[in-house]
Amino acid sequence: MDSLVPIEDRGGPAQPLLLASGLRKHFPVGGGLLGRGRKVVRAVDDLTLSVAKGETLGVVGESGCGKSTVARLLIRLLKPDRGTMVLDGDPVDEPHGITVNELRRQVQMVFQDSYASLNPRLTIAETLAFAPKAHGLPAAEARERVRDLLSKVGLEPDTYAERYPHELSGGQRQRVNIARALALRPRLVILDEAVSALDKSVEAQVLNMLVDLKTELSLTYLFISHDLNVVQYLSDRVLVMYLGKIVELGPVEAIYGDPQHPYTRALLSARPSMDPRKRTHEAPIQGDPPNPIDPPSGCRFRTRCPFAEDVCARVEPLLAETGRQAVACHMRVAGSGHSKAAA
Amino acid sequence: MTIQSPSLELGAALVQPIAVPGGRGYWQSVGRRLRRDPVTLICAAVLILLVLSALAAPWLGLADPYKTSMIRRLYPLGSPGHLLGTDELGRDMLARLIYGGRLSLFMGVTPVVCALLIGGLLGITAGFVGGRVNMAIMRVMDVFYAFPSVLLAISLSGAMGAGTENTLLSLTLVFIPPVCRVSESVTTQVRGFDFVDAARASGAGMLTIVRVHVLGNVLGPILVYATSLISVAIILAAGLSFLGLGVKPPEPEWGLMLNTLRQAIYVNPVLAALPGVMIFITSICFNLMSDGLRAAMDVKA
Repeated sequence: MDSLVPIEDRGGPAQPLLLASGLRKHFPVGGGLLGRGRKVVRAVDDLTLSVAKGETLGVVGESGCGKSTVARLLIRLLKPDRGTMVLDGDPVDEPHGITVNELRRQVQMVFQDSYASLNPRLTIAETLAFAPKAHGLPAAEARERVRDLLSKVGLEPDTYAERYPHELSGGQRQRVNIARALALRPRLVILDEAVSALDKSVEAQVLNMLVDLKTELSLTYLFISHDLNVVQYLSDRVLVMYLGKIVELGPVEAIYGDPQHPYTRALLSARPSMDPRKRTHEAPIQGDPPNPIDPPSGCRFRTRCPFAEDVCARVEPLLAETGRQAVACHMRVAGSGHSKAAA
Repeated sequence: MTIQSPSLELGAALVQPIAVPGGRGYWQSVGRRLRRDPVTLICAAVLILLVLSALAAPWLGLADPYKTSMIRRLYPLGSPGHLLGTDELGRDMLARLIYGGRLSLFMGVTPVVCALLIGGLLGITAGFVGGRVNMAIMRVMDVFYAFPSVLLAISLSGAMGAGTENTLLSLTLVFIPPVCRVSESVTTQVRGFDFVDAARASGAGMLTIVRVHVLGNVLGPILVYATSLISVAIILAAGLSFLGLGVKPPEPEWGLMLNTLRQAIYVNPVLAALPGVMIFITSICFNLMSDGLRAAMDVKA
C-alpha cells in the first residue's frame, strides 16, 4: 500500500460513512459429531445501521445483547452470514467495491481489555509500528509515526516508547490501544467498551482525550458501552440493542429525554441516581435476558415487558419512525393491534 | 498529521538510535530468574559437561573404546588404568561411557529437534487457522496417540529394521503428536487474545501476524515441553538399543551397553549399572532444567 496518508472524504458530508444493512450473525453451538442437535445463537439478527460522518453513534444494551458482535462484524473480524456494508459509497467485499483490507485501513477498533489487547512480548513502539509497517511504511517513517501517535494520546514518547505493556497502568495501556487504532489514520473508530475497565478518574481523562482526538483528526466514533452516562456524554445519536435487534435509535436528547421503547425506559430508570431522594426500590425489569439460542417469538422483549399483549407474541415489531426517533414497539405504531397503540 | 520529508526523518533516526530496553525485556527477566535458581544451574552445568566431554572425547586421552581384551574382562571400578573398570569384552568403561554419550545425546536431541520443527509447524498451523484444518491435523495426531509411545517406537523400529537412522526416524514420529498437541493448544490460547484480533484488524497478512504476535508467545512453552521430551527420547533410544532395535554393536551407546552388560550383573552389579546411571543423570537433568525453564518463563510481568 501507499505511504498511508489520511483518506480523503469522497461522498460529501451527507453520505453516511458506514452503512450496514441486514447484518446477521448466528453462531452454531453444541451438536453432535455430525452436527445433529446443533443450535444457533442469534447474536445479531438483521441489523441495519448507518453512521454519519463526524458523529458519535452510541450503542447500549445489556451484556450479551450482541454489541461486541456488531463491532466485530463491522470491522470484519467476524464474517457476517448475511448483509451488506457500504463504506462512503463503496460496497465492502464485493465486486466493484473495496476489499476487507481496505475497510480495515479506514475502520479501526479499540478493545475493552487493555492488557489482553497488547502483545506482552512487544514494546509499545513495536506494537504501534506493527500496522504501519505491515502496510509498507518504511522503518524510519514508522518510528516517527510512533512518536507522533504517543504524543497524540498524551504519553511522552521518550518515556514510553521502549516500555513493555506490563510496565504501564491500565489507563496508559488503553491510551496505547487508542494510539494503535489511530496508527493507520482511520476514519471510523469503533470503541468497544474502551473505557469500561478503567476507574472513574482515568475514564474521564481518556474520554476527554477521545473527544479532543475526534476533532483534531476529524474522526467518527461508534461508541459501544453499557454505561449509559458515558454514552450520553459522548454520543450524538444512540442505538439501543436487545437480543441482537435494534429496539430504539435516535438523537441522544430524544432517547434520554423521551424514551419510547419500554426497554429503553427500563434501562434508563435502572441508572443509579445521584439524588438520594430518588431511590429506586424496585427493579425496573425482572430477570435476565432470554436465551438468544431460542429467542421469544414476535417481539423479543415481550417476556420481560410489562405491557406485553397477544400481538407482541405474534408479530415482530419493525423499527418505525415516531417523531424524533425510531422505535420497534407495537405500542408506538398506530393500528398495530396493541391496546395502547393509537387506533 | 503529515509525514515529514524523508531526509529529516533519516536525520532524526541517526540522532536517536533505538533504545535497548535496559534489562526489562522478557528474556532478560527470564535470564535473571534462571540465575537465581541453583537446581537449574547445576543441571545445566552437568549437561554442558556431558555434552562437552562427548564432543571432545577423542582429545581427552581416553583409552580406545573399541579395543577388546580377553584377559582384562570385567575389571571392577578403580582398577589401575581403568578408572571405571572394563566391560564384558575388556573395553575401557570410562571411554565407552563418554563415547557412548555422543550417540545417546545425539539420539535424544535429534528426534526432539526434528519433531519440534514438524510438530510445531503443524500445531501452530492447526491452532492459528483453526476450523477444518485444525480438525484434520489434530485427528491425524489422535491416530498416533492411540498407540502407547514405547510400543509405537518399537513397532516402527521393528518394521524398518535396526540402525541409528531408523531409530531417529521412529523416535521423531513418536514425538511429533505430543509436540503438535502442545503447540496447538498454546497457539489456540494466544489466538484468542485481543492483540491477535487487533493485528488482524490492522490488515496484516497471516504470516506476519504469526511471526510477530504468535511465535514470540508460543515458542517459550513449546521449547520447555520439548526439553522435557529429550529425557524421554534418551530413555526410549536406550530402550530400543537394549532390545536390539537401535544402535548396532560394537558402537558404544548407553542403552546397548546396558544390554550387553546384563550378563555381568551377578559378577559386577555396580559396573553393569553404570550406563543406567548415565541415562538417569542425563534425563533427570533435562527434566529438572525443563521445570526450571518453565518456572522462569511462567511469571507474568
